[in-house]
Amino acid sequence: MTTNQEEVKLLGATGSPFVCRVQIALKLKEIEYKFVEENLVNKSELLLKYNPIYKKVPVFVHNDKPIIESLVILEYIDEIWKQNPILPSDPYQRSLARFWSKFIDDKIVLASSKSVFTIDEKEREKHIEESTEALQILENELKGKFFGGEEINFVDIAAVFIAFWIPLVQDIADLQLFTDEKFPKLYNWSQEFLNHPVVKQNLPPRDPLFAFFKARYDGLLAASK
Amino acid sequence: MADEVILLDFWLSPFGSRIRIALAEKGIKYEYIEEDLRKNKSSLLLQMNPVHKKIPVLIHNGKPIAESLIAVQYIDEVWNDKSPLLPSDPYERSHARFWADYVDKKIYEVGRKLYTKKGEEQEAGKKELIEVFKLLEQELGDKTYFGGDKLGFVDIAFIPFYTWFKTYETFGNINIEKECPKILSWAKRCIKIESVSKSLPDQDKVYDFIVEIRKKLGIE
Repeated sequence: MTTNQEEVKLLGATGSPFVCRVQIALKLKEIEYKFVEENLVNKSELLLKYNPIYKKVPVFVHNDKPIIESLVILEYIDEIWKQNPILPSDPYQRSLARFWSKFIDDKIVLASSKSVFTIDEKEREKHIEESTEALQILENELKGKFFGGEEINFVDIAAVFIAFWIPLVQDIADLQLFTDEKFPKLYNWSQEFLNHPVVKQNLPPRDPLFAFFKARYDGLLAASK
Repeated sequence: MADEVILLDFWLSPFGSRIRIALAEKGIKYEYIEEDLRKNKSSLLLQMNPVHKKIPVLIHNGKPIAESLIAVQYIDEVWNDKSPLLPSDPYERSHARFWADYVDKKIYEVGRKLYTKKGEEQEAGKKELIEVFKLLEQELGDKTYFGGDKLGFVDIAFIPFYTWFKTYETFGNINIEKECPKILSWAKRCIKIESVSKSLPDQDKVYDFIVEIRKKLGIE
């Protein structure tokens, strides 16, 4: 289980929900790795070399071979390190896990961020409506304690954005997008998820992240005036 | 128990084509059900894909799988006795997934701008599409297929868009062969493969359909 630290590297940024997904998966499988904090304003040569197409984090490097896109990285990690699997072994269940993780990425991440970081009121309302609809679909889908049943899986890890980032940014705009009244099952899930021993130790510190997003929000407001 | 495989699809869809190619590569018999997207959505579609209400949907023994690339992976995992579509090496697999996802994110939406927009938006779309094709050309390199010497996941993800080239070129006023000759030669190699050629619609039929769409949308 323990690997030579030099072989496994994660290029990331504290505060990125996509990096967080990878960190949770690595921790769950007890894989030792070297974390390289990237400055996203001043991107390193290493980052640009490993991810010339998107120039983004996370980049997972295993034996000098880079893998990008968080969900692709999660699948790779699950295939290489078989302990504590995050994807089901049954092909149909796997296709469902992939479907819901893609749903989160396509329908919730951007729409919910734009529900906060949009100045135009009509546009913002549109994003709020989209996010609410998508969250409701996910709420209806949740059957057990976690999307993975009794244990967290691929979908739960992908959904860390909902559990940690949405509540944080909605506070900035005083938006009631994700609440326990609107989505009781999903809210309950988020509390269980955030308290999971592995997840808990891999979340970024809340205050500096809040400050970062608040500054962005304030900047947006100022620019629109 | 005999496998029951159904594909709910629309002849024009490049996404549906991907699943058709995968099924053909594996020699899987299936029932093709045409969902006419110009009419109201069928109750079968709404039942099988209640979340997105879109085709294609692969239905295996009553269980629906939506999203074409997810369905192709499913097919590869279930019918794993012949014609592997994804590489066996995990790193190569992650590489294939990345590029298939890139094709998924970039081509359809950007290509759409070429035949639905005008002016600046269309120009931006043209530029972006060529950039995307050039990047894919780079990724292809000197390989016969993206999958190496056999058709693979990325080939399957990308080749259906070949039937849209006439549409992109005519409305976008671009010359894909001139800009990305390797992509053209790759595409021509792919369509020589029976599972590909019998799964793709005719390029002219696609073009005619888009002409109709543009008329309906009032685009001159």
